Amino acid sequence: MFLSLTTTAPLATDLGFLLMKNPANLYTRDLAFGKAYVFYPEATEERCTAVLWVEVDPVELVRGLGKGKDIGIEQYVNDRPYVASSLLSVAIAQVFSTALSGRSKERPARAAEALPLEAVLPAVRCTGGEELARALWEPLGYEVRTDRLSALAAGARSVLSLRLLATRPLHELLEHLYVLLPVLDDAKHYFVGPDEVEKLLRRGEGWLPRHPARELIVRRYLRYRRPMVELALERLDADEDDPGQAQEREDARFGPEGASLSACRLDAVVSALRGDALIPSRILDLGCGQGALLERLAREGGVRELVGVDVSPRCLARAAARLRLDSRPPSHVPAIKLLQGSAVYRDARLKGFEAAALVEVLEHVEPERLPAFERAVFGEANPKRLVLTTPNAEFNVRMPGLRPGERRHPDHRFEWDRETFRVWCARVAETHGYHVRFLPVGPEDPQVGPPTQLAVFDLSGAGPRRSA
Amino acid sequence: MTDALPASPDRGPAAKVITVPAFSLVLLVGASGCGKSTFGARNFRPTEIVGSDHCRGVVSDDETDQSASREAFDLLYHIAGVRLRRGLLTVIDATNVRPDSRRPLLELARAHDALAVAIVFDVTERDCIARNAARGGRDFGPHVVRTHCRELRASLRHLRSEGFRYVHVLEGLEEPNRTRVERTPLWTDRRGETGPFDIIGDVHGCGDELEALLARLGYSPDGASGPYRHAAGRRAVFLGDLVDRGPRVVDSARIVMDMVGAGSALCVPGNHDLKLLRHLRGRPVKVSHGLEASLAQLEALPAEAREAFVERYCEFVDALVSHFVLDGGKLVVAHAGMKEEYQGRASTRVRDFALYGETTGESDEFGLPVRLDWAAAYRGAAAVVYGHTPCPEAEWLNGTMNVDTGCVFGGKLTALRYPERELVQVPARCAYVRSPRPLASAAGTAPAQEGAAAGPSLQWRHDELLDLADVHGKRVIETRLSHPVTVPAEHAAAALEVMSRFAVDPRWIIYLPPTMSPAAASKRVDCLEHPDEVFRYFREHGVKRVVCEEKHMGSRAVIVACRDEAAAGRRFGTAARLGACLTRTGRPFFEDPATEGALLARLRAAFERAGLWTELDTDWACLDAEVLPWNARARALVEDLYAPVGEAGAATLRAARGSAGSALARGVDVGALSEGLARHAAAVDRYREAYRRYCWEVQGLEGLRVAPFHLLATEGKVHADREHVWHLSMLARLAEADPTSFRATVWREVDLESESSTAAATAWWEESTAAGAEGMVVKPWTFVARDAEGLVQPALKCRGREYLRIIYGPTYLEPGSLDRLRVRRLGLKRSLALREFALGVEALERFVRGEPLRRVHECVFGVLALESEPVDPRL
Repeated sequence: MFLSLTTTAPLATDLGFLLMKNPANLYTRDLAFGKAYVFYPEATEERCTAVLWVEVDPVELVRGLGKGKDIGIEQYVNDRPYVASSLLSVAIAQVFSTALSGRSKERPARAAEALPLEAVLPAVRCTGGEELARALWEPLGYEVRTDRLSALAAGARSVLSLRLLATRPLHELLEHLYVLLPVLDDAKHYFVGPDEVEKLLRRGEGWLPRHPARELIVRRYLRYRRPMVELALERLDADEDDPGQAQEREDARFGPEGASLSACRLDAVVSALRGDALIPSRILDLGCGQGALLERLAREGGVRELVGVDVSPRCLARAAARLRLDSRPPSHVPAIKLLQGSAVYRDARLKGFEAAALVEVLEHVEPERLPAFERAVFGEANPKRLVLTTPNAEFNVRMPGLRPGERRHPDHRFEWDRETFRVWCARVAETHGYHVRFLPVGPEDPQVGPPTQLAVFDLSGAGPRRSA
Repeated sequence: MTDALPASPDRGPAAKVITVPAFSLVLLVGASGCGKSTFGARNFRPTEIVGSDHCRGVVSDDETDQSASREAFDLLYHIAGVRLRRGLLTVIDATNVRPDSRRPLLELARAHDALAVAIVFDVTERDCIARNAARGGRDFGPHVVRTHCRELRASLRHLRSEGFRYVHVLEGLEEPNRTRVERTPLWTDRRGETGPFDIIGDVHGCGDELEALLARLGYSPDGASGPYRHAAGRRAVFLGDLVDRGPRVVDSARIVMDMVGAGSALCVPGNHDLKLLRHLRGRPVKVSHGLEASLAQLEALPAEAREAFVERYCEFVDALVSHFVLDGGKLVVAHAGMKEEYQGRASTRVRDFALYGETTGESDEFGLPVRLDWAAAYRGAAAVVYGHTPCPEAEWLNGTMNVDTGCVFGGKLTALRYPERELVQVPARCAYVRSPRPLASAAGTAPAQEGAAAGPSLQWRHDELLDLADVHGKRVIETRLSHPVTVPAEHAAAALEVMSRFAVDPRWIIYLPPTMSPAAASKRVDCLEHPDEVFRYFREHGVKRVVCEEKHMGSRAVIVACRDEAAAGRRFGTAARLGACLTRTGRPFFEDPATEGALLARLRAAFERAGLWTELDTDWACLDAEVLPWNARARALVEDLYAPVGEAGAATLRAARGSAGSALARGVDVGALSEGLARHAAAVDRYREAYRRYCWEVQGLEGLRVAPFHLLATEGKVHADREHVWHLSMLARLAEADPTSFRATVWREVDLESESSTAAATAWWEESTAAGAEGMVVKPWTFVARDAEGLVQPALKCRGREYLRIIYGPTYLEPGSLDRLRVRRLGLKRSLALREFALGVEALERFVRGEPLRRVHECVFGVLALESEPVDPRL
């Protein structure tokens, strides 16, 4: 990792006093993750440049990472040795600790003096691109010059070179770098101190509270300084693309005014399960995700037994935590059970329910697997009533931030318009002996319909229970 | 290890022999001190005896603690229940003198369809008390024994009616000592009869067709009117329902009775046979469903002949046994089928199942019983051949086959030749009666459209949906190549998620490749992997000859290709596509189905041109291949990971070297640093070259190359018995046929005992990797190799120095790094490779044998599950 600090202030070589590194010498220091060097490629009274070079040891970087955890190749071959990241912040704090604190034994006045400064970072991973770099630095009075490195092809997270120019006291530049490098990078961090919040507040004193991108800075800075365990979980999430969590993201983005779309959907599902009768006493939530519907149904009086099924063991673990199943007394009603299962396998445990909900599950099934899904859900599990929701693709044009043809979530294998959904439902109902009705979820648009479509299937013959 | 049976006691002339069925629940009945335990120990294995005293001891540390009796008996019932469920003879050593203490045991026997036997020890009070006193520790008063004896005597007369099939009474203290227990096989147990058999479905008085079928099977009458016999000694097995409905009921029954009498046939009873029997014995039965035809034909016989026939028929049917377990337990025959847990057992319930199958007790729209689909749920190892429900075609379903093809309704009379498993059929001369309902296929499954030939088979229709119970939780999978492979539950859970969310239709996943271990770390200063270590591994494991194949740097793909729709429908149960191209985790290799379709079309054409379909006598094939270039599938990885690392590294080092140069010019002592930076920069440059070499522009199929290296399986064959050279030369013909799409794999033979041979191979590896090749894969000469400890690694990879930069990072060759990287734990990787290899070959073998999809799926699911085990991804 490379950082150069240049000043063109008169008596520029005072930089050496401020950094407490003699321009005539090579300074070295061992760090936990490699070795830091400081040297001066130029040191004249007009212009003085100090270079911090950190040789990151890639083997040391991943030591202890792999024990019993499933980690990918990207942990081993990565850009950490080269891009300016939180590791560079750590190096700055250790190598330039006095300068960072704004103190100086020899030149106390210059430590507080605004100097013309330039910082060069030849490679920065910038999640959010050049705009983000500007949004972070310009409000602090920096001139920002970026250059895109010619990547083989630009990936999701581009690599930039970054030059920052401002006239400020040195310690402020170092503070800004210390806090903002990890924010720019927005990537995994390997070394975690126990008091990160403290550090952030101390380094951000005087500028962070007024920064327009304050929230983003705090979120990113702390997010990537969580303990390793949570980091590992996070990484898993990113890899496996957890639909449950993504759902919530989608809703946060696209929910109609007032209540969020997911809240609307839960209301609609509960009311469809109930119909115009009593709520069924045994309900199956197939594809329960993190348990939002289960939690909601558990509060409905009259439900005696809830079974949540999901294919993802991690989703089930989170649902169990959300529903506090560990500490739920056995006497509490309803009894709640979570099972790992799949909507494309026959499963004897799912037979015989009065009602089942499949909320935003269908669109996660590969079209090729739909015949198996139909047989497993309608033919085998065969609940008396089945409530199924799925996005209405027609509504997507009303959703801000969605490009034409883009689906609401990358894991969606398809999104159907109302006609396709109705035709499919009608055929499935016919094949498996159900009646089907359709209900809108969310505010209905006159042209494109509601954001979510909902179908209620009732087993013919069994019929919905009518209240007197 | 099974305990031996105790040595037989006194075999003198005075010895008494009592028999118990080999599978039964035996109650020793007698007062305390009557000698039950002594008798038990002499006649049964210690593990066969479940004693109340012992159980009392287990739950209370005191065998005489009566306060623990309740829980002791709970334990006793549990142990006995488990043993019976597992089909083991079980002896209860308790007093068992009261009806209410015997009742739960009789219920237990019934619940497990076991016969109950009582062995009663009728000993006087005085003798019992004396014995108790003699052995000590039994200091309960004489009143206890007195009560026991009284209760026993009161019970004696009622034991048969309580439900004991056999009651043996031994008197006094002496008789038990002279008595020996002999075990008799159950009537259903004919495991010693190995056939070959011709299993014939419901005849229903179709005498003409029966005679024609017997003739076609090679049976002929012995003399003018003697019983039918087979020249080669084959035996017919009749599945019952000989009578009713058809025109020649009496003849049909006579033919069968003669054959059974002559030993050239076996027969199990059908519900119609028994109904006629009941009628003939004067019991009230409703004359319907074809019984009227039998009765009319009997009426037409002369009185004398009629009486003789009726007498013989009644005797014959009365003696028939519900079902047979044949051929060492590999074959079960019964009229209406037999589920696994009932096979070889005896109870009313088992007999009813054999006669009527499993019904819900409801009737359908045609007034016929609604059947439960026992065959769909069948998971037993034995083939079950049955009849009873007419179906259009005899087809296998989960190892069961219904051979009642509705002859009397105008279908055909079917015989299954066993063990050949070939069908021999005779069409009905006409429909003698109308079927009460349209011919269904097996109960419960969707009816076939216009016979089996038109659509996917019964098994495929059933397998459209797999059962979670067949993959969920901890599983142990038998493999031919190796030990049974255990799949831990948490790994199965991970695999379920991948299979459900990302995999292609499981019907196409007939193989997943094993992981491949690299060479052990080399001790050379300049590399991490070297051929020496690979050759050493194989030499140490007794392999003398290996094949070194060029390792293609692309993405692994398993390709299944069918010649036409008929092949896809027949072999994969769907003609929706003509094959599949999968990643190593069963996902679709191509995002766009059109690209996959186009590749499969090219593969078909190349197979055609190379003449491989004909030569291999197949209309489908499964290949293991590498698809190039690397970025075809790993585009995101290249763009998001490799390229940015390279670009950032180059930019950073450029800046650092420039600065260090200036500092050096100023006279700062940064010489060593500069040199280090120069080395580092060179390493980054070589790293960038390394990944760029494996990337090129791909548009659809344009630019894509497939390099197949295993021709895994074709119709009827898994080519694991062929040497790799056969695979490579067959597949090279694809590259000849279509050089733009396919690439032959370069290989060379290496004699591990020849220094010049290994040196030449090493030089080849050096040269090719220096020129940019990824490396080589070294495999034993044969596809499967073993040493004394079992399977040898099916392949080891030896990757090139430059290539490894994209695995270990640009600077891994720096001495400080390399030394630490040499510590690589290969044990887990290699153990996984062997287990996955065994599972992969097992999956193919099961598929080729035509086993149900769940049996194939179980194996590939296992591979996927094992792959969820965290292993260093750099290996």
